[in-house]
Amino acid sequence: MPAKGATTSRIEAPAPEPRTVPAPAGVRLAGVTHAYPRRDGTVTALAGMSLTVAERETVAVVGPSGCGKSTLLELVCGLQRPQAGTVEAAPAVYMPQRDLLLPWSCALDNAALPLLVAGEPRRRARERARPLFAQLGLGGFETAMPHELSGGMRQRVAFLRTLLSGRPVLALDEPFASLDALTRGQAQAWLAGALLREPRTVVLVTHDVEEAVLLGDRVIAMSERPGRAVAEVPVPVPRPRRRTDPAVVERREDVLRALGAAP
Amino acid sequence: MIRPLALVAALLGGWEAYVRLGGIDAFLLPAPTQVGEALWQDRGLLWADFTVTAREVLLGIVLALAVGTACALALHASRTLRRTAYPLLVASQTIPIVIVAPLLVAWLGYDLAPKLAIVGLICFFPVTVTALDGLRSVDPDLGRLMRTLGASRWQTLRRVELPAALPALFSGARIAVAVAVIGAVLAEQAGSSEGLGHLILQSIPQFETARAYAAVVVLSAFAVALFAGLTLAERRLLPWAHRPQGDRP
Repeated sequence: MPAKGATTSRIEAPAPEPRTVPAPAGVRLAGVTHAYPRRDGTVTALAGMSLTVAERETVAVVGPSGCGKSTLLELVCGLQRPQAGTVEAAPAVYMPQRDLLLPWSCALDNAALPLLVAGEPRRRARERARPLFAQLGLGGFETAMPHELSGGMRQRVAFLRTLLSGRPVLALDEPFASLDALTRGQAQAWLAGALLREPRTVVLVTHDVEEAVLLGDRVIAMSERPGRAVAEVPVPVPRPRRRTDPAVVERREDVLRALGAAP
Repeated sequence: MIRPLALVAALLGGWEAYVRLGGIDAFLLPAPTQVGEALWQDRGLLWADFTVTAREVLLGIVLALAVGTACALALHASRTLRRTAYPLLVASQTIPIVIVAPLLVAWLGYDLAPKLAIVGLICFFPVTVTALDGLRSVDPDLGRLMRTLGASRWQTLRRVELPAALPALFSGARIAVAVAVIGAVLAEQAGSSEGLGHLILQSIPQFETARAYAAVVVLSAFAVALFAGLTLAERRLLPWAHRPQGDRP
Protein backbone atom coordinates (compact mmCIF):
# COMPACT_ATOMS: atom_id res chain seq x y z
CA MET A 1 0.00 0.00 0.00
CA PRO A 2 2.34 2.66 -1.13
CA ALA A 3 -0.69 4.87 -1.57
CA LYS A 4 -0.93 5.35 2.14
CA GLY A 5 2.74 4.93 2.89
CA ALA A 6 4.04 7.85 0.92
CA THR A 7 3.13 10.90 2.92
CA THR A 8 4.50 11.98 6.24
CA SER A 9 2.04 13.11 8.86
CA ARG A 10 3.06 15.91 11.08
CA ILE A 11 1.18 16.62 14.24
CA GLU A 12 2.00 19.68 16.23
CA ALA A 13 0.60 21.09 19.36
CA PRO A 14 -0.58 24.67 19.14
CA ALA A 15 2.64 26.51 19.84
CA PRO A 16 3.34 30.24 19.76
CA GLU A 17 5.88 29.83 16.98
CA PRO A 18 5.68 26.53 15.16
CA ARG A 19 9.08 25.27 14.21
CA THR A 20 9.66 23.95 10.76
CA VAL A 21 11.56 20.71 10.72
CA PRO A 22 12.55 18.78 7.61
CA ALA A 23 10.15 15.89 7.13
CA PRO A 24 11.91 12.68 8.09
CA ALA A 25 11.29 9.29 6.57
CA GLY A 26 11.38 7.96 10.10
CA VAL A 27 10.15 9.32 13.38
CA ARG A 28 11.02 12.46 15.24
CA LEU A 29 9.68 13.60 18.56
CA ALA A 30 10.94 16.86 20.03
CA GLY A 31 10.15 18.08 23.52
CA VAL A 32 6.87 16.22 23.68
CA THR A 33 4.71 16.54 26.76
CA HIS A 34 1.49 14.63 27.04
CA ALA A 35 -0.96 14.12 29.85
CA TYR A 36 -4.18 12.20 30.00
CA PRO A 37 -7.06 12.34 32.45
CA ARG A 38 -7.70 9.50 34.82
CA ARG A 39 -10.27 9.00 37.55
CA ASP A 40 -7.84 10.12 40.25
CA GLY A 41 -6.54 13.16 38.38
CA THR A 42 -4.35 13.95 35.43
CA VAL A 43 -1.41 11.72 34.61
CA THR A 44 1.53 13.29 32.86
CA ALA A 45 2.78 10.40 30.80
CA LEU A 46 5.56 12.17 28.95
CA ALA A 47 7.42 15.36 29.78
CA GLY A 48 10.03 16.70 27.41
CA MET A 49 10.41 13.44 25.53
CA SER A 50 12.62 13.53 22.46
CA LEU A 51 13.35 10.68 20.14
CA THR A 52 14.66 10.37 16.62
CA VAL A 53 14.49 7.20 14.61
CA ALA A 54 16.14 7.24 11.23
CA GLU A 55 14.65 5.49 8.25
CA ARG A 56 15.09 1.70 8.49
CA GLU A 57 16.52 1.97 11.96
CA THR A 58 15.29 -0.11 14.89
CA VAL A 59 15.16 1.80 18.14
CA ALA A 60 14.23 -0.06 21.29
CA VAL A 61 12.71 1.96 24.11
CA VAL A 62 12.98 0.53 27.60
CA GLY A 63 11.84 1.95 30.89
CA PRO A 64 10.06 1.23 34.13
CA SER A 65 6.38 0.33 34.16
CA GLY A 66 4.08 3.23 33.46
CA CYS A 67 6.80 5.49 32.07
CA GLY A 68 4.62 6.54 29.17
CA LYS A 69 5.88 4.03 26.61
CA SER A 70 2.41 3.24 25.35
CA THR A 71 1.59 6.94 25.07
CA LEU A 72 4.78 7.31 23.06
CA LEU A 73 3.57 4.74 20.53
CA GLU A 74 0.10 6.27 20.35
CA LEU A 75 1.75 9.58 19.47
CA VAL A 76 3.94 7.92 16.84
CA CYS A 77 0.88 6.27 15.31
CA GLY A 78 -1.07 9.50 15.32
CA LEU A 79 -3.69 8.08 17.68
CA GLN A 80 -3.03 11.00 20.04
CA ARG A 81 -1.94 14.57 19.50
CA PRO A 82 0.85 15.89 21.66
CA GLN A 83 -0.15 18.65 24.06
CA ALA A 84 3.24 20.29 23.65
CA GLY A 85 6.15 19.66 21.38
CA THR A 86 6.41 18.20 17.92
CA VAL A 87 5.73 14.73 16.62
CA GLU A 88 6.65 13.90 13.09
CA ALA A 89 6.27 10.42 11.79
CA ALA A 90 5.84 8.63 8.53
CA PRO A 91 2.66 6.51 8.56
CA ALA A 92 2.95 3.97 11.33
CA VAL A 93 1.15 0.76 12.19
CA TYR A 94 0.53 -0.38 15.73
CA MET A 95 1.29 -3.91 16.91
CA PRO A 96 -0.11 -4.54 20.37
CA GLN A 97 1.20 -6.87 23.04
CA ARG A 98 -1.54 -9.41 22.53
CA ASP A 99 -1.90 -10.85 19.06
CA LEU A 100 -5.56 -9.80 18.80
CA LEU A 101 -6.19 -12.09 15.85
CA LEU A 102 -9.81 -12.22 14.77
CA PRO A 103 -11.02 -15.60 16.05
CA TRP A 104 -13.50 -16.01 13.18
CA SER A 105 -10.87 -15.64 10.43
CA CYS A 106 -8.17 -18.09 9.39
CA ALA A 107 -4.50 -17.22 9.76
CA LEU A 108 -4.23 -16.10 6.13
CA ASP A 109 -7.19 -13.73 6.37
CA ASN A 110 -5.89 -12.37 9.66
CA ALA A 111 -2.51 -11.60 8.11
CA ALA A 112 -4.20 -10.11 5.06
CA LEU A 113 -6.48 -7.87 7.13
CA PRO A 114 -4.64 -4.64 6.23
CA LEU A 115 -4.98 -5.46 2.53
CA LEU A 116 -8.68 -6.22 2.92
CA VAL A 117 -9.15 -2.97 4.81
CA ALA A 118 -7.34 -1.17 2.01
CA GLY A 119 -9.96 -2.57 -0.36
CA GLU A 120 -8.06 -5.37 -2.09
CA PRO A 121 -10.21 -8.28 -3.23
CA ARG A 122 -9.96 -11.27 -0.91
CA ARG A 123 -8.28 -13.53 -3.43
CA ARG A 124 -5.53 -11.00 -4.25
CA ALA A 125 -5.02 -10.17 -0.59
CA ARG A 126 -4.54 -13.86 0.22
CA GLU A 127 -2.12 -14.34 -2.66
CA ARG A 128 0.03 -11.51 -1.35
CA ALA A 129 0.00 -12.81 2.20
CA ARG A 130 0.63 -16.47 1.36
CA PRO A 131 4.37 -16.32 0.43
CA LEU A 132 5.22 -14.64 3.74
CA PHE A 133 3.91 -17.60 5.72
CA ALA A 134 6.75 -19.88 4.70
CA GLN A 135 9.33 -17.22 5.50
CA LEU A 136 8.22 -17.13 9.11
CA GLY A 137 7.88 -20.90 9.42
CA LEU A 138 4.11 -20.79 9.19
CA GLY A 139 3.88 -22.82 5.98
CA GLY A 140 0.96 -25.22 6.11
CA PHE A 141 -0.91 -23.15 8.70
CA GLU A 142 -2.51 -20.71 6.28
CA THR A 143 -6.02 -22.03 6.79
CA ALA A 144 -5.64 -22.75 10.51
CA MET A 145 -7.92 -20.85 12.83
CA PRO A 146 -6.23 -18.73 15.54
CA HIS A 147 -7.23 -21.11 18.34
CA GLU A 148 -5.41 -23.92 16.54
CA LEU A 149 -2.10 -22.02 16.65
CA SER A 150 0.37 -21.76 19.51
CA GLY A 151 0.98 -18.40 21.16
CA GLY A 152 4.24 -17.96 19.27
CA MET A 153 2.61 -18.74 15.93
CA ARG A 154 -0.24 -16.36 16.58
CA GLN A 155 2.25 -13.61 17.31
CA ARG A 156 3.97 -14.36 14.01
CA VAL A 157 0.66 -14.05 12.17
CA ALA A 158 0.10 -10.76 14.00
CA PHE A 159 3.52 -9.60 12.84
CA LEU A 160 2.73 -10.54 9.24
CA ARG A 161 -0.43 -8.48 9.57
CA THR A 162 1.73 -5.59 10.78
CA LEU A 163 4.16 -6.00 7.87
CA LEU A 164 1.41 -6.28 5.26
CA SER A 165 0.05 -2.91 6.29
CA GLY A 166 2.86 -1.56 4.15
CA ARG A 167 3.46 1.25 6.61
CA PRO A 168 7.08 2.42 6.71
CA VAL A 169 7.04 2.67 10.50
CA LEU A 170 6.24 -0.23 12.83
CA ALA A 171 5.22 0.65 16.38
CA LEU A 172 5.68 -2.53 18.39
CA ASP A 173 4.21 -2.40 21.89
CA GLU A 174 5.91 -5.14 23.94
CA PRO A 175 5.13 -7.59 21.15
CA PHE A 176 6.50 -10.65 22.93
CA ALA A 177 5.66 -9.90 26.54
CA SER A 178 2.89 -12.47 26.67
CA LEU A 179 5.05 -15.33 25.36
CA ASP A 180 6.92 -17.77 27.56
CA ALA A 181 10.70 -17.37 27.74
CA LEU A 182 11.51 -20.11 25.22
CA THR A 183 8.99 -18.92 22.63
CA ARG A 184 10.07 -15.33 23.20
CA GLY A 185 13.65 -16.22 22.24
CA GLN A 186 12.42 -17.76 18.98
CA ALA A 187 10.16 -14.78 18.34
CA GLN A 188 13.06 -12.36 18.74
CA ALA A 189 15.05 -14.42 16.25
CA TRP A 190 12.34 -14.39 13.58
CA LEU A 191 11.67 -10.70 14.09
CA ALA A 192 15.36 -9.92 13.60
CA GLY A 193 15.38 -12.12 10.49
CA ALA A 194 12.26 -10.54 9.05
CA LEU A 195 13.65 -7.04 9.58
CA LEU A 196 16.89 -8.02 7.83
CA ARG A 197 14.91 -9.21 4.82
CA GLU A 198 12.51 -6.32 4.82
CA PRO A 199 13.93 -3.35 6.70
CA ARG A 200 11.49 -0.94 8.26
CA THR A 201 11.66 1.92 10.68
CA VAL A 202 10.89 0.29 14.01
CA VAL A 203 10.02 1.73 17.39
CA LEU A 204 10.11 -1.23 19.76
CA VAL A 205 8.80 -0.62 23.25
CA THR A 206 9.78 -3.33 25.71
CA HIS A 207 10.33 -4.15 29.37
CA ASP A 208 12.98 -6.63 28.44
CA VAL A 209 16.44 -5.08 28.34
CA GLU A 210 17.95 -8.14 26.69
CA GLU A 211 15.31 -8.03 23.97
CA ALA A 212 16.06 -4.35 23.43
CA VAL A 213 19.78 -5.03 22.99
CA LEU A 214 19.20 -8.05 20.74
CA LEU A 215 16.90 -6.20 18.38
CA GLY A 216 17.76 -2.50 18.54
CA ASP A 217 20.30 -0.49 16.61
CA ARG A 218 20.05 1.84 19.57
CA VAL A 219 18.41 1.49 22.95
CA ILE A 220 16.75 4.46 24.61
CA ALA A 221 16.27 4.31 28.36
CA MET A 222 13.37 6.27 29.78
CA SER A 223 12.90 7.80 33.18
CA GLU A 224 10.02 7.05 35.51
CA ARG A 225 6.78 8.87 34.82
CA PRO A 226 6.59 11.54 33.52
CA GLY A 227 8.77 9.81 30.98
CA ARG A 228 11.62 11.25 28.99
CA ALA A 229 14.74 9.81 27.41
CA VAL A 230 17.55 9.69 29.96
CA ALA A 231 20.15 7.65 28.15
CA GLU A 232 20.99 6.32 24.74
CA VAL A 233 23.02 3.16 24.25
CA PRO A 234 24.13 2.38 20.70
CA VAL A 235 24.40 -1.31 19.91
CA PRO A 236 26.97 -1.62 17.11
CA VAL A 237 26.89 -5.41 17.18
CA PRO A 238 26.57 -7.25 13.86
CA ARG A 239 23.56 -9.46 13.29
CA PRO A 240 22.58 -12.19 13.93
CA ARG A 241 23.20 -11.44 17.58
CA ARG A 242 23.36 -13.99 20.33
CA ARG A 243 22.38 -13.24 23.88
CA THR A 244 25.63 -14.77 25.15
CA ASP A 245 27.75 -12.57 22.90
CA PRO A 246 30.06 -10.52 25.21
CA ALA A 247 29.23 -7.33 23.31
CA VAL A 248 25.52 -7.97 23.82
CA VAL A 249 26.00 -8.72 27.52
CA GLU A 250 28.07 -5.57 27.93
CA ARG A 251 25.43 -3.38 26.26
CA ARG A 252 22.75 -4.98 28.38
CA GLU A 253 24.68 -3.97 31.50
CA ASP A 254 25.04 -0.45 30.08
CA VAL A 255 21.30 -0.16 29.64
CA LEU A 256 20.55 -1.60 33.07
CA ARG A 257 22.98 0.90 34.58
CA ALA A 258 21.28 3.73 32.70
CA LEU A 259 17.97 2.58 34.15
CA GLY A 260 19.49 2.56 37.62
CA ALA A 261 18.90 -1.17 37.91
CA ALA A 262 22.55 -2.22 38.04
CA PRO A 263 25.62 -0.84 39.86
CA MET B 1 -29.29 -35.42 29.57
CA ILE B 2 -30.22 -38.46 31.68
CA ARG B 3 -30.44 -36.55 34.95
CA PRO B 4 -32.90 -33.83 33.87
CA LEU B 5 -35.09 -36.51 32.30
CA ALA B 6 -35.00 -38.55 35.52
CA LEU B 7 -35.98 -35.43 37.46
CA VAL B 8 -38.90 -34.78 35.09
CA ALA B 9 -40.03 -38.39 35.42
CA ALA B 10 -39.88 -38.17 39.22
CA LEU B 11 -41.87 -34.92 39.28
CA LEU B 12 -44.49 -36.30 36.91
CA GLY B 13 -44.73 -39.49 38.98
CA GLY B 14 -45.24 -37.45 42.15
CA TRP B 15 -47.89 -35.34 40.47
CA GLU B 16 -49.69 -38.43 39.14
CA ALA B 17 -49.62 -40.08 42.57
CA TYR B 18 -50.87 -36.91 44.29
CA VAL B 19 -53.87 -36.59 41.95
CA ARG B 20 -54.74 -40.32 41.93
CA LEU B 21 -54.24 -41.03 45.61
CA GLY B 22 -55.61 -37.68 46.80
CA GLY B 23 -58.79 -38.01 44.77
CA ILE B 24 -58.34 -34.55 43.20
CA ASP B 25 -61.01 -33.60 40.64
CA ALA B 26 -59.67 -33.58 37.10
CA PHE B 27 -61.03 -30.07 36.41
CA LEU B 28 -59.05 -28.75 39.38
CA LEU B 29 -55.80 -30.57 38.60
CA PRO B 30 -55.60 -33.18 35.86
CA ALA B 31 -53.03 -35.94 36.24
CA PRO B 32 -50.17 -36.07 33.73
CA THR B 33 -51.78 -39.10 32.05
CA GLN B 34 -54.97 -37.10 31.58
CA VAL B 35 -52.99 -34.23 30.10
CA GLY B 36 -51.39 -36.77 27.78
CA GLU B 37 -54.81 -38.02 26.77
CA ALA B 38 -55.95 -34.47 26.04
CA LEU B 39 -52.84 -33.88 23.98
CA TRP B 40 -53.72 -36.82 21.78
CA GLN B 41 -57.49 -36.34 21.60
CA ASP B 42 -57.39 -32.59 20.97
CA ARG B 43 -54.39 -32.74 18.65
CA GLY B 44 -56.32 -31.20 15.74
CA LEU B 45 -57.47 -28.26 17.85
CA LEU B 46 -54.07 -27.83 19.51
CA TRP B 47 -52.26 -27.93 16.18
CA ALA B 48 -54.54 -25.31 14.62
CA ASP B 49 -54.06 -22.96 17.56
CA PHE B 50 -50.37 -23.78 17.76
CA THR B 51 -49.75 -22.63 14.18
CA VAL B 52 -51.39 -19.29 15.04
CA THR B 53 -49.27 -18.79 18.16
CA ALA B 54 -46.10 -20.05 16.50
CA ARG B 55 -46.53 -17.52 13.71
CA GLU B 56 -46.94 -14.70 16.22
CA VAL B 57 -43.89 -15.82 18.17
CA LEU B 58 -41.63 -16.28 15.15
CA LEU B 59 -42.64 -13.05 13.43
CA GLY B 60 -42.40 -11.21 16.74
CA ILE B 61 -38.88 -12.49 17.34
CA VAL B 62 -37.79 -11.60 13.82
CA LEU B 63 -39.23 -8.12 14.33
CA ALA B 64 -37.46 -7.77 17.69
CA LEU B 65 -34.17 -8.99 16.22
CA ALA B 66 -34.38 -6.53 13.35
CA VAL B 67 -35.41 -3.53 15.43
CA GLY B 68 -33.22 -4.50 18.38
CA THR B 69 -30.10 -4.91 16.24
CA ALA B 70 -30.80 -1.63 14.44
CA CYS B 71 -31.23 0.13 17.79
CA ALA B 72 -28.04 -1.42 19.16
CA LEU B 73 -26.13 -0.23 16.07
CA ALA B 74 -27.53 3.28 16.44
CA LEU B 75 -26.72 3.38 20.15
CA HIS B 76 -23.26 2.02 19.42
CA ALA B 77 -22.61 4.60 16.73
CA SER B 78 -23.67 7.64 18.72
CA ARG B 79 -22.53 8.43 22.23
CA THR B 80 -25.10 11.18 22.47
CA LEU B 81 -27.88 8.82 21.52
CA ARG B 82 -26.58 6.25 23.98
CA ARG B 83 -26.67 8.78 26.80
CA THR B 84 -30.08 10.09 25.78
CA ALA B 85 -31.98 6.98 24.85
CA TYR B 86 -30.47 4.21 26.95
CA PRO B 87 -32.25 5.21 30.18
CA LEU B 88 -35.53 5.28 28.24
CA LEU B 89 -34.80 1.81 26.93
CA VAL B 90 -34.35 0.54 30.47
CA ALA B 91 -37.45 2.39 31.61
CA SER B 92 -39.45 0.74 28.84
CA GLN B 93 -38.79 -2.57 30.58
CA THR B 94 -40.54 -1.45 33.74
CA ILE B 95 -43.85 -1.08 31.89
CA PRO B 96 -46.01 -4.02 32.98
CA ILE B 97 -46.83 -5.77 29.74
CA VAL B 98 -49.94 -7.36 31.26
CA ILE B 99 -51.48 -3.91 31.57
CA VAL B 100 -50.25 -2.62 28.23
CA ALA B 101 -51.48 -5.64 26.27
CA PRO B 102 -55.23 -4.80 26.38
CA LEU B 103 -54.43 -1.17 25.56
CA LEU B 104 -52.47 -2.23 22.49
CA VAL B 105 -55.30 -4.54 21.44
CA ALA B 106 -57.78 -1.67 21.79
CA TRP B 107 -55.53 0.50 19.66
CA LEU B 108 -54.21 -1.95 17.05
CA GLY B 109 -57.19 -4.27 16.70
CA TYR B 110 -57.89 -7.96 17.07
CA ASP B 111 -55.56 -9.42 14.46
CA LEU B 112 -51.83 -10.02 14.19
CA ALA B 113 -50.61 -6.44 14.73
CA PRO B 114 -51.03 -6.16 18.53
CA LYS B 115 -49.52 -9.64 19.02
CA LEU B 116 -46.44 -8.67 17.05
CA ALA B 117 -46.25 -5.41 18.96
CA ILE B 118 -46.39 -7.19 22.33
CA VAL B 119 -43.99 -10.02 21.43
CA GLY B 120 -41.70 -7.49 19.80
CA LEU B 121 -41.82 -5.19 22.81
CA ILE B 122 -41.02 -7.98 25.24
CA CYS B 123 -38.15 -9.39 23.14
CA PHE B 124 -36.70 -6.09 22.04
CA PHE B 125 -34.92 -5.30 25.29
CA PRO B 126 -32.79 -8.45 25.70
CA VAL B 127 -31.86 -8.32 22.01
CA THR B 128 -30.83 -4.66 22.10
CA VAL B 129 -28.88 -4.86 25.35
CA THR B 130 -26.95 -8.01 24.48
CA ALA B 131 -26.20 -6.82 20.94
CA LEU B 132 -24.96 -3.46 22.26
CA ASP B 133 -22.76 -5.20 24.83
CA GLY B 134 -21.42 -7.43 22.06
CA LEU B 135 -20.58 -4.48 19.83
CA ARG B 136 -18.81 -2.73 22.68
CA SER B 137 -16.91 -5.80 23.83
CA VAL B 138 -14.19 -5.33 21.22
CA ASP B 139 -10.72 -4.90 22.69
CA PRO B 140 -9.68 -1.22 22.63
CA ASP B 141 -6.25 -2.29 21.35
CA LEU B 142 -7.96 -3.87 18.35
CA GLY B 143 -9.72 -0.56 17.74
CA ARG B 144 -6.35 1.21 17.83
CA LEU B 145 -4.90 -1.35 15.42
CA MET B 146 -7.78 -0.86 12.99
CA ARG B 147 -7.31 2.90 13.15
CA THR B 148 -3.61 2.66 12.33
CA LEU B 149 -4.54 0.41 9.41
CA GLY B 150 -6.66 3.29 8.15
CA ALA B 151 -9.92 1.42 8.60
CA SER B 152 -13.06 3.49 8.31
CA ARG B 153 -15.81 3.36 10.92
CA TRP B 154 -17.79 1.10 8.61
CA GLN B 155 -14.86 -1.26 7.99
CA THR B 156 -14.22 -1.62 11.69
CA LEU B 157 -17.89 -2.38 12.17
CA ARG B 158 -18.02 -4.91 9.38
CA ARG B 159 -14.72 -6.70 9.97
CA VAL B 160 -14.47 -6.54 13.74
CA GLU B 161 -17.44 -5.30 15.72
CA LEU B 162 -20.28 -7.08 13.96
CA PRO B 163 -18.66 -10.53 13.97
CA ALA B 164 -17.61 -9.99 17.58
CA ALA B 165 -21.21 -9.14 18.50
CA LEU B 166 -22.75 -12.24 16.92
CA PRO B 167 -22.37 -14.56 19.94
CA ALA B 168 -23.99 -11.91 22.15
CA LEU B 169 -26.77 -11.50 19.61
CA PHE B 170 -27.42 -15.23 19.79
CA SER B 171 -27.61 -15.02 23.58
CA GLY B 172 -30.11 -12.20 23.25
CA ALA B 173 -32.17 -14.25 20.81
CA ARG B 174 -32.19 -17.18 23.23
CA ILE B 175 -33.52 -15.00 26.04
CA ALA B 176 -36.01 -13.49 23.60
CA VAL B 177 -37.33 -16.92 22.63
CA ALA B 178 -38.15 -17.75 26.23
CA VAL B 179 -40.10 -14.56 26.82
CA ALA B 180 -41.65 -14.40 23.33
CA VAL B 181 -43.93 -17.35 24.06
CA ILE B 182 -45.15 -15.69 27.25
CA GLY B 183 -45.72 -12.48 25.31
CA ALA B 184 -47.75 -14.22 22.61
CA VAL B 185 -50.01 -15.93 25.16
CA LEU B 186 -50.53 -12.67 27.03
CA ALA B 187 -51.40 -10.92 23.81
CA GLU B 188 -53.89 -13.61 22.85
CA GLN B 189 -55.53 -13.51 26.24
CA ALA B 190 -55.86 -9.74 25.98
CA GLY B 191 -57.97 -10.13 22.87
CA SER B 192 -58.02 -12.89 20.30
CA SER B 193 -60.26 -15.54 18.83
CA GLU B 194 -57.50 -18.07 18.18
CA GLY B 195 -54.13 -19.26 19.37
CA LEU B 196 -53.06 -21.35 22.34
CA GLY B 197 -53.47 -18.45 24.77
CA HIS B 198 -57.05 -18.12 23.67
CA LEU B 199 -57.53 -21.89 23.92
CA ILE B 200 -56.26 -21.92 27.52
CA LEU B 201 -58.57 -19.07 28.45
CA GLN B 202 -61.55 -20.89 26.91
CA SER B 203 -60.80 -24.33 28.30
CA ILE B 204 -60.92 -23.34 31.95
CA PRO B 205 -64.60 -22.24 32.18
CA GLN B 206 -65.50 -25.31 30.10
CA PHE B 207 -63.90 -27.55 32.75
CA GLU B 208 -61.46 -28.76 30.07
CA THR B 209 -58.52 -28.21 32.41
CA ALA B 210 -56.55 -31.09 30.91
CA ARG B 211 -56.75 -29.36 27.52
CA ALA B 212 -55.42 -26.13 29.02
CA TYR B 213 -52.50 -28.06 30.50
CA ALA B 214 -51.96 -29.75 27.14
CA ALA B 215 -51.74 -26.31 25.55
CA VAL B 216 -49.14 -25.31 28.17
CA VAL B 217 -47.13 -28.44 27.34
CA VAL B 218 -47.20 -27.54 23.65
CA LEU B 219 -46.07 -23.97 24.41
CA SER B 220 -43.19 -25.12 26.62
CA ALA B 221 -42.08 -27.71 24.08
CA PHE B 222 -42.10 -25.02 21.40
CA ALA B 223 -39.99 -22.64 23.49
CA VAL B 224 -37.51 -25.40 24.36
CA ALA B 225 -37.29 -26.46 20.70
CA LEU B 226 -36.60 -22.88 19.59
CA PHE B 227 -33.99 -22.47 22.30
CA ALA B 228 -32.28 -25.72 21.33
CA GLY B 229 -32.49 -24.82 17.63
CA LEU B 230 -30.77 -21.49 18.27
CA THR B 231 -28.07 -23.15 20.34
CA LEU B 232 -27.41 -25.67 17.56
CA ALA B 233 -27.41 -22.95 14.92
CA GLU B 234 -24.89 -20.94 16.91
CA ARG B 235 -22.58 -23.94 17.29
CA ARG B 236 -22.79 -24.45 13.55
CA LEU B 237 -22.46 -20.85 12.42
CA LEU B 238 -20.01 -19.55 15.03
CA PRO B 239 -17.75 -22.47 15.87
CA TRP B 240 -14.98 -20.06 16.90
CA ALA B 241 -17.12 -18.70 19.74
CA HIS B 242 -17.13 -22.07 21.49
CA ARG B 243 -13.48 -22.93 21.37
CA PRO B 244 -10.82 -22.13 23.94
CA GLN B 245 -8.62 -19.28 22.77
CA GLY B 246 -5.50 -21.43 22.69
CA ASP B 247 -2.68 -21.45 25.20
CA ARG B 248 -2.38 -17.74 25.78
CA PRO B 249 -1.46 -17.14 29.44
